[in-house]
Amino acid sequence: MTKQNETSMQQPSRLQILNRLLKYTFKTAPAALIVAMISVVISAGATVYGSLFIQQLIDRYITPMLHEKVPNFTPLVHGMLLMAGIYLIGVIANYLMTILMMWLAQEVQKSIRDQMFSHMQYLPIAYFDQNEYGDIMSCYTNDIDTLMQLISQSIPQFVNSVLSLTFVIIAMFSLSWQLTIFSFLVFGLSYGVVRYLTINSGKYFSLQQAKLGEMNGFNEEMLNGLKVIKVFSHEADAKRDFEKYNDELREASGKANLFSTILFPIMGNMGNLLYVLIALVGGGLSAIGKMPLTVGALASFLQLSKSFSQPIMQISQQLNSIVMAIAGAGRIFNLLDEPVEVNEGKIEIAPNEKIQSSWNWLVPTNDGQVKEPVRGNIQFEHVNFSYSPEREILHDISIDAKPGMKIALVGETGAGKTTISNMINRFYEIDSGKILYDGLNIREIDKHALRQSVSIVLQETHLFTGTVMENIRFGNLNASDDQVYQAARLSHADEFIHELDHGYDTVINGDGGDLSQGQMQLLSIARAMIADRPVMILDEATSSIDTRTERMVQAGMDNLLAGRTSFVIAHRLSTIVNSDLILVLDHGQIIEAGSHDELLKQKGFYYELYTGKKELD
Amino acid sequence: MLKTILSAVRQYKTKSLLSPLFVSLEVFIEMFIPYVMGMLIDNGIMKNDMHYIVSRGVFLLILTLISLVLGALASATSATAAAGVAANLRHDMFNQIQEYSFENINKFSSSSLVTRLTTDVNNIQLAYQMSIRIAVRAPLMMIVSLIMSFIVNAKLALIFVVLVPILAVVLALIIKTAYPYFPKIFRGYDRLNRVVRENVRGIREVKTYVHEEEQIDEFKKSSKLIYKLFFGAQKIMATNGPVMMFVIDSALLLVSWFGARQIVYGSMQTGQLVSMFSYSMSVLFSLMMLAMIFTQLILAQASGNRVAAVINEQPSITNPHKPIETIADGDIEFDHVGFKYEPDAEHWILKDINLHILPGETIGIIGETGSSKSTLVSMIPRLYDVTTGAVRVSGHNVRSYDLKALRDNVAMVLQNNVLFSGTIKDNLKWGNEHASDEEIVQAAKIAHADGFIREFKDGYDTMIDQGGTNVSGGQKQRLTIARALLKQPKILILDDSTSAVDTQTEREIRTALQKDMPKTTKIIISQRIVSIKDADRIIVMNEGQIQDIGTHDELIKRNPLYSSIAKFQAEQKGVGADD
Repeated sequence: MTKQNETSMQQPSRLQILNRLLKYTFKTAPAALIVAMISVVISAGATVYGSLFIQQLIDRYITPMLHEKVPNFTPLVHGMLLMAGIYLIGVIANYLMTILMMWLAQEVQKSIRDQMFSHMQYLPIAYFDQNEYGDIMSCYTNDIDTLMQLISQSIPQFVNSVLSLTFVIIAMFSLSWQLTIFSFLVFGLSYGVVRYLTINSGKYFSLQQAKLGEMNGFNEEMLNGLKVIKVFSHEADAKRDFEKYNDELREASGKANLFSTILFPIMGNMGNLLYVLIALVGGGLSAIGKMPLTVGALASFLQLSKSFSQPIMQISQQLNSIVMAIAGAGRIFNLLDEPVEVNEGKIEIAPNEKIQSSWNWLVPTNDGQVKEPVRGNIQFEHVNFSYSPEREILHDISIDAKPGMKIALVGETGAGKTTISNMINRFYEIDSGKILYDGLNIREIDKHALRQSVSIVLQETHLFTGTVMENIRFGNLNASDDQVYQAARLSHADEFIHELDHGYDTVINGDGGDLSQGQMQLLSIARAMIADRPVMILDEATSSIDTRTERMVQAGMDNLLAGRTSFVIAHRLSTIVNSDLILVLDHGQIIEAGSHDELLKQKGFYYELYTGKKELD
Repeated sequence: MLKTILSAVRQYKTKSLLSPLFVSLEVFIEMFIPYVMGMLIDNGIMKNDMHYIVSRGVFLLILTLISLVLGALASATSATAAAGVAANLRHDMFNQIQEYSFENINKFSSSSLVTRLTTDVNNIQLAYQMSIRIAVRAPLMMIVSLIMSFIVNAKLALIFVVLVPILAVVLALIIKTAYPYFPKIFRGYDRLNRVVRENVRGIREVKTYVHEEEQIDEFKKSSKLIYKLFFGAQKIMATNGPVMMFVIDSALLLVSWFGARQIVYGSMQTGQLVSMFSYSMSVLFSLMMLAMIFTQLILAQASGNRVAAVINEQPSITNPHKPIETIADGDIEFDHVGFKYEPDAEHWILKDINLHILPGETIGIIGETGSSKSTLVSMIPRLYDVTTGAVRVSGHNVRSYDLKALRDNVAMVLQNNVLFSGTIKDNLKWGNEHASDEEIVQAAKIAHADGFIREFKDGYDTMIDQGGTNVSGGQKQRLTIARALLKQPKILILDDSTSAVDTQTEREIRTALQKDMPKTTKIIISQRIVSIKDADRIIVMNEGQIQDIGTHDELIKRNPLYSSIAKFQAEQKGVGADD
């Protein structure tokens, strides 16, 4: 890690993240949030008022009636009606709060999710190189979930608990300040216990997550290598190693759950304990006449003490989930704050209406734009590139690929072959030098236009869930069915597609499912063929196809490449011997360049490779 | 399913039984508290009887403390028991998976097994913990509260008899209408995650074909679907809380009204009314708990089925009853062998294979993709069992050998081979964990791996990353060969194992094998003629059958398929350095 990185990676504080999150939530639906918060206040108020009702009932209605000869129930009826009204308002407020916060949580969730994905699509390739797939994925799953939890539950409950607590404290003071102070002492104690337990359970839950991760890694490896385990009769060792991970996970998970569930009986009984203590102290004091406290007031106080322990427990639990949600929100904001790819180019591309399979650059001028034909001339002028400052990947690369030329890149793994191809469509930005496309600096070409003018077939093929037809059409959304069939025939994918259960309508999943690596490559070639772009890059495009089929695919490809500039990276030298120019790369530099015959005469690196004296890895 | 899950209780049986016991006792004591409290108010506070207050108060204090300890014990036992049961389930699954044959392995994808071992087991763990604690507590609490309230005041308790069924019906309705949403929501999440996964993995394709906008639309569609479904479910679930509150409030009002009348007319005391309030809360809360437990258990059911499926999957290849433990030599015989993956499949993968290979012989196998070369050799270490006919090693049917003994003597280097995280030495020791350093170096030398291993900074102690990403394809293949050689096998099978090694090195490996392991039967599968042309005999496979057997020279002359492959590869002069 470089120094520069360390300083720029400064993390915002929890409070800043929470603040940003709350602002975001507020902006999503200000009216709903305000109504919901008012509902929280009403609902909390109604609950506390409800607990005071017992006192009213006993002291104001029941006790006076006990002294009347003919009891008058009218005041009681009024009181009951009033209470029913308040209860009803409480119920409505509670419903409003629940439904609004749930809705808001869904709104925020959807909008953050959409924003995240839309943003991610425009992040530079480097972002995907530097971040593990699992980490990116968990932003969309775990982190969003905790966020939703925060908005729909933690925030309203937290506010509710704090309010209830305040109301309860006020109500308790109004009944008896002495007992209130006494309660505080007990509460303080119980809060300490709760915090201790929640902090511990939080600690063990993260330990559990860590152990789970470790075990997942182990399982992943063992299950992927299961066939090797069988061949080597290594089952017993695998089981033994597994036990270690399993045991550690059991330990951590047991403790985490122990601390979190033990909270319930402890808090529940703390409430009871407090209840008894207050009864003892309160009852004792009023019995000896030291404190003027009515029976109703004591009953109410007791009831209040019960509704006091609950918010404390809730606040403590919410604190844990709020901290978790903030961590998740932090990761989400990090993703949203990643700078997107720079795209300052203004030059656009458009198909030439007159000639099929040809395009024009639309170069903006002071008064409108001029059309220039796309020819496919790619020039590298002294290009240097590095992923990180201390290690240069490409050094002083100069290439002049004339329109229609077939350029081969040869060299060991890590020599920079793929990196060169990645420079052409600006997957990465070069450090110095220039890359020209038909004489235009590629920085001045709109990135999407640039990419629309280059197609790449990668060694590792990725398909998207959908039918075979849709996957080929990925190359060109406007292609007709017939064009799809034609591309498949040219790439020799047609044969295996016909053997699939539903032919072109067979649904394949993103991993390719039952397709072999070779078949996936054929589909990917078909996809590139239908895209029909002026410049083609084939990066080990046929590495998993057997040699006989490869020769047939090659024929179709040569057809397609005719008249087009192409860059070919291949391990099998047989696929590149007919190239116009072969560039031999070593440690990011071009060490040999020329045609096959020229290079053989040079008796250098290429010669050794070709004659089998050297091995490419 | 339940039987499979419960069989994992084992050593946690005591704790699993103690937890419900503790929790039941806790409930009885807890429910007794409001009763005593009512007495305290009526006989103590109302009558200003200090002595009564203190004696009952202390009694209450002790009750509370006992209840606290019992509750804590119940929590502790339930949490440890559940974590233990979960660990046992993982243990059962993992061990069973280790017994799987290739046929079983192919049924489950490795990513699904990983999820079952973690997420699903976790769901079961929570459900189990709930079952032995809250699921006992909630109904018991309801029953005891009901009984206590009848004891305190039977007339008032009738209110619950009316309200509880109403609430139960309403809660059941809410669960019933909301439940169907959840499988749909889970599928929606699967779809959304799939879009993210495919885009992250295929970001280069997306950018190359400038498909960002289309993919964003696709994502938004999934995200909107989830939004709609989720909100639909939540709208129903959101009625839960208010309905509960409404019923509780009604109960309180009714208890107040009738309670007040009874007090006024002298058939009830104030303290009893306070107790009634407590009981009414308990009854209704426990009902709400029950509803929650019910939903959770339904959700855990799916996980239970997925876990049970792994444990109950019967390994299709098992050890024979009285296995033969030693294998004399590398003699192999295929006797009318036929094979298909499923007994009722129409397509035969191998058809009537007859073949006798002598100890120490070198056999080459060639054929196009799909000609069943790999399947043929998989029969020898019993990775699959034949459907018809028999395979014999050293004169005995392979089914009569001890599996471990058989596989230790038949070393197979798979086509898709993997290394495991650990040092190079650790990986090589897979072949023989007691191998000495000299033996390891010796094997590496034969496989031509010693040279490049020594070039690494840490030599044999170099760490291999997970997935073996820090060695090249050719290096990986040579390491996996060395690993197999350490077994000192009677039979060595190389299934296209040198495809990424250059021809020069490959030739040297073959020569070394001949020289150092003359008694070992060697079977080499390859797509390249050069890799097998020196073999004693070459088998040409075509569509699951042996088309021809002979030496290179014989086949070149008489076999059109063989000669056409040879001719084609000879044309490609670049082959010398390829693959």
